[in-house]
Amino acid sequence: MDATKPDPIPSRSLDRLREALPEAVEEVVYHGGVPIVRVVPERIVDACRFLRDDALCRMTHLSDLCGVDLSLLGRREPRFDVVYHLFSLDLGERLTIKAAVAEGAEIATVSGVWRTASWHEREAYDMFGIRFAGHPDLRRILMPEDYDAYPLRKDFPLEGRERDHKNWRKPEDERRDVLAP
Amino acid sequence: MLGTDEMEINLGPQHPSTHGVLRVKLRLDGERILDAVPIIGYLHRGCEKLGESRTYPQAIVYTDRMDYVAAVNENVVYVEAVEKLLGLEVPPRARTMRVILSELQRIASHLLWLATHALDLGAMSVFLYCFREREQILDLFEGYCGARLTTNAVRIGGMYGDFPDGWVEEARRFLDILPARLDEYHKLLTKNRIWLERTRDVGVISGDLALDYGMTGPCLRASGVPYDVRKALPYAAYPDFDFDVPVGTRGDTYDRYLVRMEEMRQSRRIILQALERLPDGEIRGKTPRRIRPPKGEVYHVNEGPRGELGVYLISDGSENAYRCRFRSPCFVNLQALPELCRGHLVADVVAIIGTLDIVLGCVDR
Repeated sequence: MDATKPDPIPSRSLDRLREALPEAVEEVVYHGGVPIVRVVPERIVDACRFLRDDALCRMTHLSDLCGVDLSLLGRREPRFDVVYHLFSLDLGERLTIKAAVAEGAEIATVSGVWRTASWHEREAYDMFGIRFAGHPDLRRILMPEDYDAYPLRKDFPLEGRERDHKNWRKPEDERRDVLAP
Repeated sequence: MLGTDEMEINLGPQHPSTHGVLRVKLRLDGERILDAVPIIGYLHRGCEKLGESRTYPQAIVYTDRMDYVAAVNENVVYVEAVEKLLGLEVPPRARTMRVILSELQRIASHLLWLATHALDLGAMSVFLYCFREREQILDLFEGYCGARLTTNAVRIGGMYGDFPDGWVEEARRFLDILPARLDEYHKLLTKNRIWLERTRDVGVISGDLALDYGMTGPCLRASGVPYDVRKALPYAAYPDFDFDVPVGTRGDTYDRYLVRMEEMRQSRRIILQALERLPDGEIRGKTPRRIRPPKGEVYHVNEGPRGELGVYLISDGSENAYRCRFRSPCFVNLQALPELCRGHLVADVVAIIGTLDIVLGCVDR
């Protein structure tokens, strides 16, 4: 299936980032020709601020920010990725950047660069337990405040945990229509 | 002595003006709002987790249920993301059909917004008028795919079926009466003094700040930023059609109202062109029986009625997505609520929540 690998699409913002902060760019991979930049986690705020402010990048729109749990994808140590999807309204160019975070470690918040990151980071914290250093209000956002697990992690069961449901029966139980004692 | 303390009150989660289960913690100084903190998550169903544990075609039905008043747009963005992963070519007829249904859905969604927004501000008759027209669109959806809200009409590689006999004529009949109806709403509201008092200079946000908050869709365009995914990153068959992107100047509730009203006209324009030039041919391309995209990832966006809908998929080569992420415009736009509310009166919160046009199913996913 890989015979039709498209050519890399040139990206001006990527070139600029490589030029200005060469030590911050760890790796660039291409998926369907679209570049995905892996940034050194410690330099994420610098990279984001540069991409937002540079006159030839102007990535003023943070379209999305989310976490990914890589524990089943057969990757190496840092368990999580934080993925940032940037878009430049003026230049019509899109760029995806990623940074790795280990379980229990922290990554700097980009909510100082784009305000919209604030809730996205809260969601990533809520769903994966990724902590964002310097975030003004890092609380759970979708799950209850006192919840003690991170539901989008790959080791969290789809049907939930037994202790979260009072009258819970396992999927393999015979009489699922009757409440458990 | 009278107490002059600040007061904290809850708006919602069970309140008709919050359009679902939204709770807003208001900190008040008398009638004036010092701070508003939205509390969400009451409708969280784990659509992302479900999207990761079902096969790609199975996950399409969950996209319907996120933004349940704009199901087609959600279907299209998810399906196009999967098609991008697969490298599938979609036949032109199917692409044009997607445009027609998406734009009908946009009109239906804007009508629902106008109906409830006006109802919140006390204009009962507008509510009834809008639902009359929305009903016709829902009938069209029902005629096409059997469902009125959760359509699930889009399939990977094309559409589920062709338009039935007489559907196109019925759609034209609806589009013929729409302009007169829109004029009717304008007559009821646009120069209505009460409407102006309730919406002018309420919830003002500048273009730069709106962008900083990640706002998209009519909320961003009303602040003067002409960002529309249909123009910026065209998808489906949008490059083939002429339409304008209405832009506001003041960024207040009234401008957001005007932008959405004009968007309905533009949507009608697009549908008329699309019906005119609906290409013949297949409605579904060559699609593998089992959808197993090669390893890789894709981020795809489109323009929903509320703003930029995004889907981020990571494929590990199996039949399920490894990571399935939905970027919801309602979630992002709602974040600006404190900014919009500050300094206004309690009654204005109702207008501001209405003008953001949030759907809680889309906020919480």
